[in-house]
Amino acid sequence: MRTAFAALVAAALLPVLAPQAAAQGAAKVLRVVPHSNLAILDPIWTTAYMSRNHGYMIYDTLFGTDEKAQIRPQMVESWTESPDKRLWTFKLRPGLAFHDGKPVTPEDVIASLQRWGKRDAMGVALFSFVERMDSPAPDTFRIFLREACGFLLEAIGKPSSSVPFIMPKRVADTDAFKQIEEHIGSGPYVFKRDEFKPGDKAVYLKNTKYVPRKEPPSGSAGGKHVYVDRVEWNLALRDAQSQVNALAKGEVDILEAPAFESVEALKKLPEVQIVMSGPTGLQYMARFNHLHKPFDNPKVRQAALAAFSQLPFLQAQVGLKEYYRVCPSMFTCNTPYGSAVGSEIQSKSNIRKAQELLKASGYDGTPVVLMKPTDLAAIQKLPDVAAQLMRQAGFKVDLQAMDWQTLVGRRAKKDAPDKGGWNMFLTAWQSHDIWNPIANAALDGKGEKSGWFGWAKDDRLEELRAQFMRATDDAKKKKLAEAIQTRAFEIATHAPLGEYVQPVAARKNISGFFVTNSNIYWNLKKN
Amino acid sequence: MYAFIARRLLATLPVLLIVAVLVFLMLRLTPGDPAAILAGDAANPEQIAQIRESLGLNESIVAQFGIWAGHLLTGDLGESFYFKMKVVELIGQRLEPTLALATLTILIAVLVAVPLGVIAAWRFGGWFDRCLMGFSVLGFSIPVFVLAYVLIWLVSLKLGWLPVQGYQRLEGGFWPFLRHLILPAITLSVIYIALIARVTRASVLEALGEDYIRTARAKGLPEWKVLVKHALANAAVPVATVIGIGIALLIGGVVVTESVYAIPGLGRLTVDAVLARDFPTIQGVILLFSFVYVFVNLLVDLSYVFFDPRIRY
Repeated sequence: MRTAFAALVAAALLPVLAPQAAAQGAAKVLRVVPHSNLAILDPIWTTAYMSRNHGYMIYDTLFGTDEKAQIRPQMVESWTESPDKRLWTFKLRPGLAFHDGKPVTPEDVIASLQRWGKRDAMGVALFSFVERMDSPAPDTFRIFLREACGFLLEAIGKPSSSVPFIMPKRVADTDAFKQIEEHIGSGPYVFKRDEFKPGDKAVYLKNTKYVPRKEPPSGSAGGKHVYVDRVEWNLALRDAQSQVNALAKGEVDILEAPAFESVEALKKLPEVQIVMSGPTGLQYMARFNHLHKPFDNPKVRQAALAAFSQLPFLQAQVGLKEYYRVCPSMFTCNTPYGSAVGSEIQSKSNIRKAQELLKASGYDGTPVVLMKPTDLAAIQKLPDVAAQLMRQAGFKVDLQAMDWQTLVGRRAKKDAPDKGGWNMFLTAWQSHDIWNPIANAALDGKGEKSGWFGWAKDDRLEELRAQFMRATDDAKKKKLAEAIQTRAFEIATHAPLGEYVQPVAARKNISGFFVTNSNIYWNLKKN
Repeated sequence: MYAFIARRLLATLPVLLIVAVLVFLMLRLTPGDPAAILAGDAANPEQIAQIRESLGLNESIVAQFGIWAGHLLTGDLGESFYFKMKVVELIGQRLEPTLALATLTILIAVLVAVPLGVIAAWRFGGWFDRCLMGFSVLGFSIPVFVLAYVLIWLVSLKLGWLPVQGYQRLEGGFWPFLRHLILPAITLSVIYIALIARVTRASVLEALGEDYIRTARAKGLPEWKVLVKHALANAAVPVATVIGIGIALLIGGVVVTESVYAIPGLGRLTVDAVLARDFPTIQGVILLFSFVYVFVNLLVDLSYVFFDPRIRY
């Protein structure tokens, strides 16, 4: 009787359980919880990291940047440069094809680069040198420069926002200030547009026709081998504790950005591993508004720099020693231009020195409007530390709490702080975005015209950056980067507040992680 | 009756109009720039200005309202700034999870709370009544997210009976659909069980003191019939009112539950839209919520006729 009943129950449940079991057996699905929501599908139109990561799934790049920050060919098979470095000729790898089966042509590449060159800071800088581009053969394209520049490969191989992804010409011909409507690339995954529900999930299928390079994966370079059939980004799971619970129960495979508060708990779970994503990580940064009192005075900014010892920020925000490091470089440490040159004002700082500098600056007690985002856990504690250190140095601080999006809107305003403007905010950058003087937006010295928020204006800085763009010798570029950093510390464009590495949490049956700063999902195996 | 329904439906129009105007104005006065959010962290002010222009945010508020209202009259809620989809389509995607969660929550709440309230009134002052009142206070007091984490820890992580998070659409099968909803619905229903049980108890208690109850008992009717057919039936109007209010409040209450259980419903959509200053989506969702609120109130008013035949419209 009991056996008959069990059989009956099994028979009743079979239709419910069988499809799931069959589906799981048939396809290997990698279930990922990304660090944020994916809403914008055009990685050129926005600089949002989620859009960039989406781009890496479906598009390929001409070059990649390896874990040692070296530029490596990706879609390009070989290239040459003329002796005067004004003509660059690139040959594409054979067999490159978009997801619709059409081959990747030099025309696609040229259109993609042109669109990117209108939006990205390094792209705009590069295209100020570009005279024209053409295609002398079906697998070759050329870039003609008006004058030699030393960052062409660094620009078209840049690993972070905005990455010059290669799209079909018909897509890349879209106005750079309008979002693309078609999402088709030649990358290792195919985007399932019909399954995409923003705020719910994004689905990518393995591109079975993709031919990876032979080199091992490293950074955004190397072979992009795909060992799963399908990757699902869970865009709905954003509560930190629920993410941990879901990973513990095996409902998801990877947490891209678990909260630091959760890391110790995650380490104790037998089925979970903590993976260090990359050696360079991210940098915290305080940005001054150079337009208004008191930070229109470089001496006041220097006083703030002197007050901002990095350790308190890192201890408060990250807490776990193995994930942070003090680094005085504006280009982040362990990168080609990372150094401590010129950083003494901050690296040898203390409150007494800050007090002296502030007194000498003629600071008149104008309150510093410091914007504090209350809803962004990744940087939420930094403004409190900054406010405390500044108060100890003698500043009056008006710490104003707001949500991150209000802060993002407000920081674009050039009004005086008492009329809706601001004096200071804090943020974090991936090292890829700030590791050279052209990409680093905080080192832009153009002022109000087109500089980044805070609008630092310094002709000497711009002159040094212009020299850096033209320098073609690595040793000279390094010297110039040091000079730029020295100048930036002199005028206190901003304050680097230390670096951290974002750990990734994954189930132990996931293997194949490699060193990269972006969240990249190739080479991963699910056992 | 039909004239009453028509009048009430017509009365929703000015309500929705006022809501539309207020929401539109409040959003424009709220700090935060959708263009800056869309552009990303590394964008410069020039790029943000270009996006603002493309979104039509440089037009005057009056002009922006005119455009939006014009579309609204044709049933078009506009296009989301953030999600780059029609707001109607976006709401359509998120409606099922919220509707399913709300329906199951109210179902559980009513099925549990009404019998508990009746029994508590019947056993007034006894241990059951006291326990229910204690539970009621607890139900009101425990924050939804705390209860959610406790239930997840116990039911999902320790016992392994139900999933921790996620939503399975009905098209994927009834059991997968239901098993993803059980925990969220229980979590959300606790506060409504507390509320409805309390009101049911008070109403039934009042009815039990009436002459017709004494008469029913004197006639020798079984006690359950006295309770259900006479006491509960006469106490139904306030209970229906509270259930109606509960349904309306539920629309707002799903936000936390949807966040903890990762349910891609209207609550999460509202939060995402507010954080992204996605004006068209916020306007669309709030208009929908307002309409549901008004409609549920109309249904409650109509239910009075059913529960109390003396009421006429």
